[in-house]
Amino acid sequence: MALSIQESESESSRIMSKQNNESVSLVEKDENEIANRETVGRSQRQIIIKRFVKHKAAMGSLFTLIFIVIFVFSATGLRLGPKNGGLSIPGWWKYSITDIDPEGAIAASCNGGVTGCPTLDLAPAFMDDDGIRFGDHPFGTDIIGTDYFALVMRGAQQSITVMLIVGLLGVTIGTTIGAIAGYFGGMVDAVLMRLTDMFLVTPTIIIGSLIGFRYGNFGVVPLAILLGFFAWMGLARFVRTEFLTLREREFVDAARVAGASDRRIIFKHILPNAIGVIIVAGTLLLSGAILAETALSYLGFGVRPPDVSLGLLISQYQDTFSISPWLFWWPGALIVSIALCVNFIGDGLRDAFDPRQRRHVSVKDRLKAAEHKGQRG
Amino acid sequence: MLAYISRRLGMMLIIVFGASFLAYNLQAYSSDPLSVFGESTEKNKDYLIAAMIRDLQLDVPPPIRYFSWLRGIVAGLWGDFDMGLSRSNVPVIEILAMAIPVTIKLVITATFLAIIFGISIGMITAIRQYSRFDYVMTFFSFLLFSLPIFWVAVLLKEFMAIQFNDFLADPRISFGTIVIISLIFGLIIAGFTGGSRAQFLSVIGSAALFAGAILTYVNASQWFLKPALGIFGVTFLALISAIIVIQLITGLDSKKGRVVGFGTAIAIAILYYPLQALMSADASVLNVFAVFSINISVGIGIGIAVSKIDRRVYMRIGLFTAFIATFPIIIDRFMREFSTYMISDAVNNRPIPTLGQANDLLSPEQLDSFWISGLDTALHLILPTLALTLISFAGYVRFSRGSLLEVLNMDYIRTARAKGLSERTVIVRHGMRNAMLPLTTILVNDFAGLIGGAIITEGVFAWKGMGSVFNEAIRNYDLNLFMGVFIITAFLTVFANFIADLLYGVVDPRIRIRK
Repeated sequence: MALSIQESESESSRIMSKQNNESVSLVEKDENEIANRETVGRSQRQIIIKRFVKHKAAMGSLFTLIFIVIFVFSATGLRLGPKNGGLSIPGWWKYSITDIDPEGAIAASCNGGVTGCPTLDLAPAFMDDDGIRFGDHPFGTDIIGTDYFALVMRGAQQSITVMLIVGLLGVTIGTTIGAIAGYFGGMVDAVLMRLTDMFLVTPTIIIGSLIGFRYGNFGVVPLAILLGFFAWMGLARFVRTEFLTLREREFVDAARVAGASDRRIIFKHILPNAIGVIIVAGTLLLSGAILAETALSYLGFGVRPPDVSLGLLISQYQDTFSISPWLFWWPGALIVSIALCVNFIGDGLRDAFDPRQRRHVSVKDRLKAAEHKGQRG
Repeated sequence: MLAYISRRLGMMLIIVFGASFLAYNLQAYSSDPLSVFGESTEKNKDYLIAAMIRDLQLDVPPPIRYFSWLRGIVAGLWGDFDMGLSRSNVPVIEILAMAIPVTIKLVITATFLAIIFGISIGMITAIRQYSRFDYVMTFFSFLLFSLPIFWVAVLLKEFMAIQFNDFLADPRISFGTIVIISLIFGLIIAGFTGGSRAQFLSVIGSAALFAGAILTYVNASQWFLKPALGIFGVTFLALISAIIVIQLITGLDSKKGRVVGFGTAIAIAILYYPLQALMSADASVLNVFAVFSINISVGIGIGIAVSKIDRRVYMRIGLFTAFIATFPIIIDRFMREFSTYMISDAVNNRPIPTLGQANDLLSPEQLDSFWISGLDTALHLILPTLALTLISFAGYVRFSRGSLLEVLNMDYIRTARAKGLSERTVIVRHGMRNAMLPLTTILVNDFAGLIGGAIITEGVFAWKGMGSVFNEAIRNYDLNLFMGVFIITAFLTVFANFIADLLYGVVDPRIRIRK
């Protein structure tokens, strides 16, 4: 695969340089220019990175996602380790989810007495009188005066944490099981794949609800770890298929003849070649994980009060939609933006690793080409 | 073949056995039915605890208790099926038997709509790859893919139900709204057709004018208060479906194809008034079937009459055109009950409900009428169907787009073009047919996933199907009920996989089942 991509890339660049050359030759330049030019080879990794960088939606999403994650985590702060003690970094936002500010909520009234309206105003000064301002409660407050910005940031932090842990665990377990099954084959494969099927026939939401109902109040990290143990099956199947084809390749035989151990072949020879499948399936797993977490929390089987998650916020405030819609919009907008970014990144990665779905010659292009030929001939 | 099937069946049993064993123990160890007594101060607390331990066999370790549950399932082989009792002492099988039809009713329309729209739009985006339409639809499907269904559901409740019902009090669309809607409609249609810039603009213009005219008519006639498609709407939709069917089966340049397709559409339009007699107030499902069979036989008849050779092709055109074009007639009939339905006491001028699966306040006469009760069900289905369709539609768009693109890059497509086949034949015969192959697997699996797949939707819209049963089972630590839901979904999934594999061997001759 590596070879063929490089070939097609260099071929396309050759055609391009030929076209350039045609125009250049009018100015009578050295004909041997192409031959003399030093060919710049690109590694597989460089090709993939270049393709990914060209994918505008994916790059935009990548930056947006990084921004969201940094923004959310820095706003609420981080606490690692036990409740009292351990490493604790305070966030930059002045309120926490336990602070109540009833006076502030009343001060931010709007629409004839609805308390806790958002003080965020993004309209610049020439559109309304007060210009851009953030105010005391940019996302408003809930009915009792809890700052909603703090709630949403904390909720987003929890949801992102679940997403990352589930993704990491799913990828690790899935890759391990898929790699072992695909590489060794035979009895090992049969047993591992039947095990995968056993997990696969259980809808994630069913097992997730069961686990979440029991362990949801233990905090978000244990919940995420437990969910991660039921999220690896799809990935394991992908990895297994990839390993099944890769282990038949010549370079694996070569490594084996050279005396490499199974472990070395798996980690040094096959895994780097299967990384595309793993990364792409992993991103899909991430977007699935955040949607699953929010759905579970919405149903009451995930993160519990007093802690918050984006799904929990939506379920708590869905009934006040007609009175204070911002309580409903913000968490939803965050879920959608995170999931959308992850999906776009996944799409970009898939295009970068596996350009099989690249442009086929459309009718329009063929007509254009025919026209072009007609003009020339 | 027989050996293969029996081996697969055996494997299925092992998988379901293993999965149910896992699930049983997971549920048993993670739930604590005795926790309800935690803060109880009742005098007979000890007695109650002892009684519960006895009833639920809590003194038996779960891995062993599993086998007593399994005995009831295995007994199904000789007709003595037993899923045990729920915590409320009702046989689990009865609860499930009530819940499954509700869930099927909820999800079946949405699934069909999502499949039809998803696959057709996905394939159009593949054919027009990197066009404006492709970019818009790609973004749109990614957006839908990233939406949590409960969030969409709440939005739909607010905007499609509450605000629409308010709107019905005075159904007047402002001029500005008409212009905006018409332009959006024009853009969508132009996106479908594509073409050069001038074509694109002219399509936008004519489609927008068309939509504007319809909306003005709707406004002037207070259409929303007494909706109907009428003979013109039915004829128009019949002609559209004829165009699509002809284009897919023979292509619009086939004269006989045009005669059969448009002939059937016109015949159905002529039959519009006579058929109304069949759809009287005391009609039933049988009458609807009768309407369908009359129209379909007319369509097939026209196909036979027109053709001497390739009869089956033209019969197919007649059949599909008639089948699709009959839907507007039936929908039109339901719509004409709307005005009486809306002003009745049970509905009180707020026709789009946000919760529930049927209006409990309907009078017995209304429930007796096939049209009124059908309309009631349809209106209750609107919001959940819309939500489910939007969510699952995106997956089909992505999948069918990818699938068709991969096929269009194949060598045999180049061969087909090289031997001079028309672009339509290349795409429909050689492209779409092969792109549909991997879709069969997905479709079969999705149908199996329907039963367990709408847990959240059922919760949001308060339907009493499998989702609510499952919810109750988890909250009440109801092991038997939980296992009931689990075994049904698990078995359906495994079975669907099996069917999908068999089916794939049938539709794709390249894949032969190992002897």
